[in-house]
Amino acid sequence: MIRIKNLNKSFNGTQVLSNISVDFEPGKTNLIIGRSGSGKTVLLKSIVGLHDIDSGEIWYDELLFNKLDFNEMKEIRKEIGMLFQGSALFDSLSVEQNVKFPLDMFTAKSEGEKLDRVNFCLNRVNIINANKLFPSELSGGMKKRVAIARAISLNPKYLFCDEPNSGLDPLTAILIDELIKELTEEYSMTTIVNTHDMNSVMEIGEKIVFISEGKKCWEGSKHEILDSDCKILNDFVFANALAKQLKSSSK
Amino acid sequence: MLRFLTQLGQYFILLKKVFSKPEKPVIYYKQTMHELVYLGLNSVGIITIISFFMGAVITLQTAYNTENPIYPTYLIGLGCRDSILLEFSSTITALILAGKVGSNIASEIGTMRVTEQIDALEIMGVNSASYLILPKIIATLLFNPFLTLISISVGIFGGWIAGTSAGVISSEDYVYGIQYAFIPYYVTYAIIKTLFFAFIITSVSAFQGYFVEGGSLEVGRASTKAVVYSSILVLLFNVILTQLLLS
Repeated sequence: MIRIKNLNKSFNGTQVLSNISVDFEPGKTNLIIGRSGSGKTVLLKSIVGLHDIDSGEIWYDELLFNKLDFNEMKEIRKEIGMLFQGSALFDSLSVEQNVKFPLDMFTAKSEGEKLDRVNFCLNRVNIINANKLFPSELSGGMKKRVAIARAISLNPKYLFCDEPNSGLDPLTAILIDELIKELTEEYSMTTIVNTHDMNSVMEIGEKIVFISEGKKCWEGSKHEILDSDCKILNDFVFANALAKQLKSSSK
Repeated sequence: MLRFLTQLGQYFILLKKVFSKPEKPVIYYKQTMHELVYLGLNSVGIITIISFFMGAVITLQTAYNTENPIYPTYLIGLGCRDSILLEFSSTITALILAGKVGSNIASEIGTMRVTEQIDALEIMGVNSASYLILPKIIATLLFNPFLTLISISVGIFGGWIAGTSAGVISSEDYVYGIQYAFIPYYVTYAIIKTLFFAFIITSVSAFQGYFVEGGSLEVGRASTKAVVYSSILVLLFNVILTQLLLS
């Protein structure tokens, strides 16, 4: 379980996150939703320690993550897999080397064992015969899948995804969403996904946290989201014409 | 002033991270070998070309500016040798490398920063500063002295070709001149300067790239800053080291 208590974060005097408290449940796909610029990415990067927070607590199970020193934090990070918005694959490494990188760094496995694990992870995300390709030779969807394969190569306990289907066509986006949900269940990971894609919310959202202007405005399940009386949330969820029609017809 | 001190502090904090214990030395070894080729071996061509013409021009300039019957002509060879040994090979090589290697390092690391590749390393638990910068520093410290030695040899050779081709000095006089009153310490001096310059160029350029914020425009600016700052520091340390080592 990841527990956030009264988290505050500002940049150069501008408050970006205000007093956020939320529990992210293990074995579930937790979603942070909100408009662009609402503070989702800052929250996600604060949770993984890429941003230092101003005040508050970030707990990974029994460990107060934001008070750990660099080396202790490194140990937790070995249990974290992260999918970045732009995939963040290493340009100078091939697909195979990208997925093998965490194994090279943190395991004492033989070369054969590492390659087996790489191929297993790549197969799991449906990347076939692309081991020797470089990131520049991959499509957006393939890059995301390779990044997922890299993120799961060390069997992480926690998976973080920042806008996993941004820039992807609707079908590929659904495939990525399904993959994240399947992997979360398969490995009983605590998964936190940042998104503003309502398809993702309805497809994979088990616990949803809505953020607006750096504040937590609502949390609940995907079933509760449609009946919420939170105006800002409704404005966000039912922003497009199709969703508005759906809402009125359901009434 | 405050900004300068902040940056200086950031630079030393970065160096502390760079020189912390590597996660897996074998990976760092492989990276260092890669950087030796990428930053070192790939610079041999440009250093050779520049040094050849530098030596040629120094010889011709010395010859045309010392046309006096009381000066023996072998002094042209001696002048060329000492100019190259004491100043041109180490300093000019460093300035050329600040342009080539410095901008390369800053743009590579800067691009990794803005495309979140450095964040990805940190998330995995890798000390990104050490992983990305330490192999580059080791590679340039190991290889740049060889570049300086190559530069010295090619520069002196270039001087011989230019001097004898232009007819300003005979081959015998030039060879005698470059051997006359040779002080081996000058080579040591050139190597010591090269080591300092290699460290300055690599660490300053890496610092500029590592703390880039923004996009491609900022990466370009960081790359320019890397060249400008490392060139200025090379020239400043050239003065300091000359005073310390030759006084």
